[in-house]
Amino acid sequence: MDKTLAPNAARGALDGFTAAPALGLAAACPMTRFVLRGRAEALAAAEAELGFLLPRQACRAASLDGRHALWLGPDEWLILAPLADGPALGEALEAAMGAHPHSLVEISQRQTAIVISGPRATGLLNVGCPLDLDLAAFPVGMCTRTVFAKAEIGLWRRAPDSFHIEVWRSFSPYVWRFLEAAGAEYA
Amino acid sequence: MNAPFRTAAGGRHDRGRPVSFSFDGKTYQGFAGDTLASALLANGVCLMGRSFKYHRPRGVIAAGSDEPNALVSVQRDAARYAPNLRATQVELYEGLSSESQNRWPSLAFDVGSVNNLASPFIPAGFYYKTFMWPRKAWDRFYEPNIRAAAGLGRSPTEADPDRYLNRYAHCEVLVVGGGPAGLAAALAAAQGGGRVILADEQTELGGSLLSATDATIDGKPSDDWLAETLASLAALPNVTLLKRATAFGYFAHNMIGVTERLTDHLAAPNAATPRERLWNIRAKQVVLAAGSIERPLVFPDNDRPGILLADAARTYLNRYGVKPGKRVVVATGHDGAYRAALDLHRAGVEIAAIADLRPNPTGPLVEAARAAGLPIRPACAITGTSGGLRVITARLSPIKGAGQVGPAQIVPCDAVLMSGGFTPSVHLFSQSRGKLRWDQDLLTYLPDQSAEQERSAGACRGRFGLAEALADGFAAGAAASGAEVSRTFAVEALEGDPRGVIGALPHDRGVNAKAFVDWQNDVTTKDLKLAVREGFQSIEHIKRYTTTGMATDQGKTSNLNALGVVADVLHKPIPEVGLTTFRMPYTPVTFGALAGLARGDLFDPVRATPIHDWAAEQGAVFEDVSLWKRARYFPRGSEDMEAAVRRECVSVRAGCGIFDASTLGKIEVVGPDAAEFMNRMYVNAWTKLGVGKCRYGVLCREDGFVTDDGVVGRIAKDRFHVTTTTGGAPRVLGMMEDYLQTEWPDLNVWLTSTTEQWAVIALQGPNARRILEGLVEGIDLSPEALPHMSLAEGRIRGVPTRLFRVSFSGELGFEINVAADHGRAVWEAVWAAGQPHGLTPYGTETMHVLRAEKGFIIVGQETDGTATPDDVGLTWAVGKAKPDFVGKRSLARPAMSEPDRKQLVGLYTDDGAVVLEEGAQIVATAGQTPPMRLIGHVTSSYYSAVLGRSIALAMVSGGRARLGESLYSPSPVGDIPVKVVPTVFYDPEGARVNG
Repeated sequence: MDKTLAPNAARGALDGFTAAPALGLAAACPMTRFVLRGRAEALAAAEAELGFLLPRQACRAASLDGRHALWLGPDEWLILAPLADGPALGEALEAAMGAHPHSLVEISQRQTAIVISGPRATGLLNVGCPLDLDLAAFPVGMCTRTVFAKAEIGLWRRAPDSFHIEVWRSFSPYVWRFLEAAGAEYA
Repeated sequence: MNAPFRTAAGGRHDRGRPVSFSFDGKTYQGFAGDTLASALLANGVCLMGRSFKYHRPRGVIAAGSDEPNALVSVQRDAARYAPNLRATQVELYEGLSSESQNRWPSLAFDVGSVNNLASPFIPAGFYYKTFMWPRKAWDRFYEPNIRAAAGLGRSPTEADPDRYLNRYAHCEVLVVGGGPAGLAAALAAAQGGGRVILADEQTELGGSLLSATDATIDGKPSDDWLAETLASLAALPNVTLLKRATAFGYFAHNMIGVTERLTDHLAAPNAATPRERLWNIRAKQVVLAAGSIERPLVFPDNDRPGILLADAARTYLNRYGVKPGKRVVVATGHDGAYRAALDLHRAGVEIAAIADLRPNPTGPLVEAARAAGLPIRPACAITGTSGGLRVITARLSPIKGAGQVGPAQIVPCDAVLMSGGFTPSVHLFSQSRGKLRWDQDLLTYLPDQSAEQERSAGACRGRFGLAEALADGFAAGAAASGAEVSRTFAVEALEGDPRGVIGALPHDRGVNAKAFVDWQNDVTTKDLKLAVREGFQSIEHIKRYTTTGMATDQGKTSNLNALGVVADVLHKPIPEVGLTTFRMPYTPVTFGALAGLARGDLFDPVRATPIHDWAAEQGAVFEDVSLWKRARYFPRGSEDMEAAVRRECVSVRAGCGIFDASTLGKIEVVGPDAAEFMNRMYVNAWTKLGVGKCRYGVLCREDGFVTDDGVVGRIAKDRFHVTTTTGGAPRVLGMMEDYLQTEWPDLNVWLTSTTEQWAVIALQGPNARRILEGLVEGIDLSPEALPHMSLAEGRIRGVPTRLFRVSFSGELGFEINVAADHGRAVWEAVWAAGQPHGLTPYGTETMHVLRAEKGFIIVGQETDGTATPDDVGLTWAVGKAKPDFVGKRSLARPAMSEPDRKQLVGLYTDDGAVVLEEGAQIVATAGQTPPMRLIGHVTSSYYSAVLGRSIALAMVSGGRARLGESLYSPSPVGDIPVKVVPTVFYDPEGARVNG
C-alpha cells in the first residue's frame, strides 16, 4: 500500500463549482491562513518576520508580496499567504515570536475564499450583505466580518470592483449559490 | 370599441395601444396606461366587489392605494394568482385576467348579501357576543364556519414560481413620495452631493401633478415642468428614482422597507426577472412627502357603486380620460370638490348639483364654479342615495342647524362625488414613532416631534397647496442634505381653503340608516355609537371592537371620520379620544418579497462535512443537527432504522465502526495562561494534565448548570485542543470570549475556532488499532505509548494528524483529526484498510445507543439547563480544590445539593422488549390519575442489541438513593413498571476501552 495519499487527493470545499463569468464569480485558489493574536512584543516580532506592519486601523488590510494581514479585531489578524508558504511561514512566525505571549493557529482549511468582481459585484453582494459598499464608505483595502444572507463572511475589497470573501468551508456552497441566484437574471 | 365613459381626448394613457382584458370572465377593452379600475369605469362597470361583512355591492371610491373597496384577484396561470389587489393599482396588460372577490355565485347576484338583510342582527362585536356558548362548539363548528365565510380572496394553492430579490441600499437622503413636494425635495437634496433615492408607489412619478390640468409652474404647464424635472433628476448620477415602489414600513434607525414591483404590469415578463425587489434602505435622512388622502363623507347609503371621492374622479378624468358618470351630484365640505366639478363640467359632464355643507362657500374655486354656472347649494347635506348595482339618485336635504335637516329633494344622477377634505398621510411618520399633534384648524393630526432623522414635507404635514408643497419640499430636501440652496417656484393655480369636515353628516333617516365610516371593514356610524354605548371610551378599544381602521386598509380613508363620530358621541375633543397606531405595512406586501431568495435550498445554509458525499454515496440517511447534515444511519438492503442501528451497534462492539465526528465544535486555546483559563472556565482541574493527555471537560454557566461538555487534549504546555458539542460550538466560543474580554483581559490566552479546520474520523471497536497500524507514521499506537485519553501528533497516509485515543462508545477508540481538505481521502484510506476487519460505517443514531449503553450523557438530552454536574453523575469531574470556576459559587448553594434533586439513573423495564418513550414521566406508584405526582422523566431510551433488551436513562428525584426500586412510567397503554439500575449498562468495569 502507498504510504502517502496522491497529491490530488485534497478536496476543497468549492471543488466542482464552476466559475460564473457573467456574474464575475470565481473560487479563489487554495491558500495558507493563520489567525494571529497576541501582545505588542509578539506583534512587533511578527511584523519583522512578515516584512510589513500589521494594520492597526480597524477593518483595514495590509499586503506585501502575496502575503496579507487583515484586521479582525484589536488583537486579531487573519494572515493570508500563498499555499506553498504554509508550514514554513508558520514555523518562521512562531520562531520570531518565541516566548512573547501570542497565539498562532493555522486555519487554512477552516475557510475558503470566493472572489466576486466586475460592475455587478456590489449589487450582488448587497442582495445579502447589509453594509454600505459605496467606495467612500467601504474603500479599497477595507475588510470586515459581516453577514451575507444567513452566513457569516469576511469581506475584503481588493479593487474598486473586486471583493474577496472569506467564508467557513461548510457555508461556502450556500454563499456561492446565493450569489448565483442573486444574479440569475444576468447569467 | 364601446367604452361609453371614455373621453374623446386627454389623459396620460396610450390611446394608440388598445389592450383587451377580462373581469369576471367578460372581455373588455382598455388602453396601455389604464388601471383595471379606470378601464372598467370607462366601460361603464361600476360594480367591482362585495363588502367584507354585509356583502354589499361596491365600486371604487378612490384612484390609488387608498382604495378600500375594489379588491380583485389577478390570475396569470395556475400558480400565479394574486388575491386582494386594489383595482386602482392593477396596471392593464394584454390578456390580463381578473375577478372580483367575496361573492357567490356572481358579483351581481351574491347569496352572501343576505347578511345585509340580517345586518340588524350582526352588530359590532357580534362574534364576541354570539359564539361564546357552548364552549365546545367553538373548535368544531363556529370557528371553521366563520373562517370559511370570512376573509377576502383565496390563497393560491401552488408554489409561487416567481423570483423575488432583496436588496440593501444606503443613501444620504431618502425621499418617500414623488409628488410635487417629493420631487422638489429630491431636486434640493441632490445638490447636497450625497446619494438620493426617491421612491413612489405609483406607475409614474408626479403624484397630484399627474391629474393636474390648469396649473403652471415656473411659467410652464405642470405636465411640461414634471417631464423636465424628471429628466433632470434621472440625469443626476447620485439620484435613484424608484417607481412602483411602496415604502411600506419605517423601521428603527431610518431603515425603510420598500417593495418595488418589477413585472406585474408586463404581459409576458421574462422568467429571470424578479417579480418584486424588497429594498432595505438605510437612510441618513428621510424626507416623507407621502401626500394626503381624500376623506369620504359619512352619510346614509354612501357606499353605493358610482359614489366616489371627488379628487379620484378628477384623476380618472384627467389622467385616464374616464368620466365617472354623465350626470353627477357633488357633495362636499371642502373646496377641492369644486376643482373636480369644474374639470368634469369642462369635459361635458352634467353637474346636477353641488351640495356644500358649508353655509357660505367662498374662494376662487367656488367663484369659478359660480362663474361656470354650476348649481351650488350651500348648507346642503346629502342624506341618502338609491340604486341597485349603481347609484341612480341622490337625496339632498337643506341643513337647518344643530344636526337637523329640512325636507329632502331627490336628484337623479349616475355618479356622486364626495369630499370631506384631505387627511395628511402620516402612516410612515407614525410608524417611525414620531409624535403627532392635533390641528384644530385643519381638523387633522399633523407630524410634530420626529423620533428619527426625518422630516415631513408637503401635504403629509398639511401644506396642501401646490405652491406651498413645492416650497416645503425643496426646503426639506435642502435641510436633509445640508445643501445650502434656495429656490422659489412660481405657481399659478386656483387654490382652495385647506379646511374640510369630519364625522357624520346630519340626516333624517333614522337609526338604522347605514352610513359607512370604514368601507373595507363594513363599519358604520351605528357600530361606532353602539361601541360607545357599550362602554368603550378609548379609540384603541373601539377599533378592536368594531374593526374600524384595521386590516390592509389601516384606516386610510376612515380614521378621522371614525374619530369624529366617536368624539361627537363622547362629547370629548378629538385629542382626548386619541388616535390608533398606524401599523406597517402601509399596503400589503407579498410573502415572496419578504422571503426573497430564502426559500427551498437557500432557506438556510446546509452545512456538510468533508465526508458527507461519501456517506451519501453509501446510502446514508441524514438528520439535521443545527445547520449540519449528519449521517444518521447506513441502511443496507431493505433495513429500516431500527434494523440498521442494531446491526451497526453489534458491528462496532464485535469488530469496528467508523463514524464522521467532523461536526464536533473545536476551539484552540493558546497562550501562556491557557491552563489557567481552562481552570477558570471548566469545572475540571487542568494544571496537572500532561502534554499529550486528554480529559473530559464539563462546562457550567454562572448558575452552576451544565451547558456543554467535550474532550480536551493538551497539545503543548500553552495549547489546548478543546472540543464542544456540535450545536454548542458558537455558544461556547462566545461565552469564553465574553469572559476573556470582560472578566480576565489580563490573561495571555487567545481563542480560535478550529471546528472546520479539522475533519474528524472516529474509529471505535476492538479492531480499531489493527486497522490504524498500517496507516500511521510517527505514532506509536501501543497501549503503553498511547493509552486511553491521550493524543499524539504524526501522519496518517502522509497527512499530518492529531490522533486522539478517546472513546464515546466504551470500546477501544481513536479520533483521527486531519485538515478538512484531506478528510475524505483519509476516510477512504481507513475504510479500505478496515475491510478485512469488518469495518462498518455508523451514524448518529448508533452513536447515541452506544454511549447510552455506557451511561454517557448528551448535554441537551440528559440535561435541560437545570442539571448540575452532580445531578448527572459528574461529581468526579469537578476540581474541588480549585479556588474558582464558572458556576462554582452557585453550586455551593444549599438547593444545589438537596437530596431530592433529579439525578441521573438507569431504568430497566420489567419487560425487556418494551422501549420507553423519551420524555415519558416517571411516578412512584401505579394507578395514579391526573394530576399525578411526577418524580422524573425519561431522557434517553433505546433497544440495546448487544444486551438483548431495552435500556433507558432518566432524571429521577433522589434517583441514586432509589437503586433497585420499582417505579412506573405512565403511558397510553397503562403504567409501565420499571426498575432503577446503575447508569452503566454495558461493560460496567470499563475493560473494553483498554482493548
